[in-house]
Amino acid sequence: MIPGSFEYHQPHDVEGAIRLLQDLGDEARVVAGGHSLIPMMKLRMADLGHLIDLRRIEALKGISIDGGTVTIGAMTTQHELIESKMLADAAPIVREAALQIADPQVRYCGTIGGNVANGDPGNDMPGLMQCLDATYTLAGPDGERQVAAREFYEAAYFTAREDEEILTSISFAGTAGGYAYEKQKRKIGDYATAASAVLITKNGGQCASASIAMTNLADTPVFSDEASDALVGTSVDDAAIKAATAAAVAAIDPAEDNRGPVEFKKHVAGVILARTVERAWSRA
Amino acid sequence: MGKVHVKMTVNGQEMETLAEPRELLIHVLREQFGMKGPHIGCETSHCGACTIDMDGKSVKACTVFAVQAESADITTIEGIGTPDNLHVLQAMFREHHGLQCGYCTPGMITRAYRLLQENPDPTEEEVRFGMAGNLCRCTGYQNIVKAIMAAAAEMNAAKEAAQ
Ligand SMILES: Cc1cc2nc3c(=O)[nH]c(=O)nc-3n(C[C@H](O)[C@H](O)[C@H](O)COP(=O)(O)OP(=O)(O)OC[C@H]3O[C@@H](n4cnc5c(N)ncnc54)[C@H](O)[C@@H]3O)c2cc1C
Ligand code: FES
Ligand code: FES
Repeated sequence: MIPGSFEYHQPHDVEGAIRLLQDLGDEARVVAGGHSLIPMMKLRMADLGHLIDLRRIEALKGISIDGGTVTIGAMTTQHELIESKMLADAAPIVREAALQIADPQVRYCGTIGGNVANGDPGNDMPGLMQCLDATYTLAGPDGERQVAAREFYEAAYFTAREDEEILTSISFAGTAGGYAYEKQKRKIGDYATAASAVLITKNGGQCASASIAMTNLADTPVFSDEASDALVGTSVDDAAIKAATAAAVAAIDPAEDNRGPVEFKKHVAGVILARTVERAWSRA
Repeated sequence: MGKVHVKMTVNGQEMETLAEPRELLIHVLREQFGMKGPHIGCETSHCGACTIDMDGKSVKACTVFAVQAESADITTIEGIGTPDNLHVLQAMFREHHGLQCGYCTPGMITRAYRLLQENPDPTEEEVRFGMAGNLCRCTGYQNIVKAIMAAAAEMNAAKEAAQ
C-alpha cells in the first residue's frame, strides 16, 4: 500500500507552515504524527500534492501550566501526555484517556493536535476537550484566533479550522474533584464503540458541578448540558445516574457500522456513561 | 515526483539513499538497506511486525515516510543481537518458546527492548499493556509474556551482579 506522489516540506516555524499552506492551496495538508493521515493516504482516501510536516517546529511542542491554566502544544505526543507528572497532577483525566488510545507505538507518534484537528468522530481527545471546556488556538495568515472545543466540530472531518490555519495549542483550566474516562472497545487499540468523559465536583455530599461528553456516538463529539444538569444538586444516587444517562442517550445519534447497530450502541453508551459517572463520583 | 536524499543511522551505521517522499520507511529499510528483519504484516498500522526503534521510540515503520526519518537514529532487530551473540530477549524467546512461525518476532523483540528500557522491572500486566501494539497469530501470547518477564529478570540480575 503506497500513497500517491507528493512533495514533502519541512518548515521550521509556524509562519513558514502557514505561508506554504497559502502558496500551495488545496493540494497541501499538514502532517503531525501521521497516524491518522498516513493510513488514509495509503488507502488513497486522502490524496494530496504537498505534505507539510510540522515535526521540526519546536514552538508547537511541550506542556506548560501557568496560574492554573494548562497549555499543551499541538505537536505534543500522546506518549508525552502520559509521561508528564505535571499534567497528571493538574488534570489527571487527560492521562487516563490517553492511555486508552490505540497502542504504545501509535502513542509515541500521534499528537494531541492531530487528534483534535482530525475531526474523526472516533478520536478520543475531542470529547475529552469538550468535557474540559478547552480552547483551541488557531494561527492563520491573519494572525491568531481562539475557538472553544465545544464549538469546533461541525460534522465528521469538518471543523471550524480554515484550510490555511494551523492548530497551535490547546488550553484548559486544571481540574478539581472527581474525573473518569471510560471506553468500550472491541479490543485493545480499537476506536470506541462508546466512550465518555466525566468531571464532577462535590460539596457537602452533593454534586456541585458536572461536565459530561461522549465519543463516537454521533458524527461529532457530544457534550450534554442536560446530562450534567441531571446530576447537579443530587447525591449522585441511582435515580440521578439514570436521569443523566437518559439525557445523554437522548443527545447522541450513533450510526450503524461494524461496531454494531444503533440500539446496541445506545445501550452501550448508557452502560459506559453510568460507569464513568460512578467512578468520577467515587473520586470526587 | 523527484527523489530526495535521505540519511539516517541504522544499527550504528550511517546509511543514505534517494527516496521518493511517498516511500515508506519499512520499504527503504528492507529494500534499499537490506534490513529484512522488520517484517510487513498488515501494512495498515495494526500488527506491529514492522516495529523498529527510532530515536528512542517504538515505531511502526509502515506508518512513517522514509523522508521523515532524516537524521534519525534507528535500531532494527539486526542491531539488537546476532545469531552468535543473542540479546537476552532473543535467548529468552528461544528458551520459553516465545515464537512459532516467527513472523511477529522481530517486531515483538524490538518493542520489548524499548519497553524494558523504560520499565526494567514490569509486572505481567504492564508487559501485556506495553506489548499491545504487536499481534501474534501463533503463540497465544503466554510464552511471549513469559519470555519478556524472564529477560527482565535476567537483565536485572546481571545489573545487580555488576554492582
Ligand atoms: C492502529 C491505530 C489505532 C488508533 N486508535 C485510536 C483510538 O483508539 N483513539 C484515538 O483517538 N485515536 C486512535 N488512532 C489515531 C491516532 O491517535 C492518531 O495519531 C491521531 O488521530 C492523529 O494524530 P496525528 O498526530 O497522528 O495526526 P496526523 O495523522 O498527522 O493528522 C491528522 C489530521 O489532522 C490534521 N492536523 C494534524 N495536526 C494539525 C495541526 N496542528 N493543525 C491543523 N491540522 C492538523 C492533518 O492535516 C490531518 O488531516 C489510532 C491510530 C492507529 C494507526
Ligand atoms: S506492517 Fe506495520 S503495523 Fe503491520
Ligand atoms: S509466532 Fe507466528 S505470528 Fe507470532
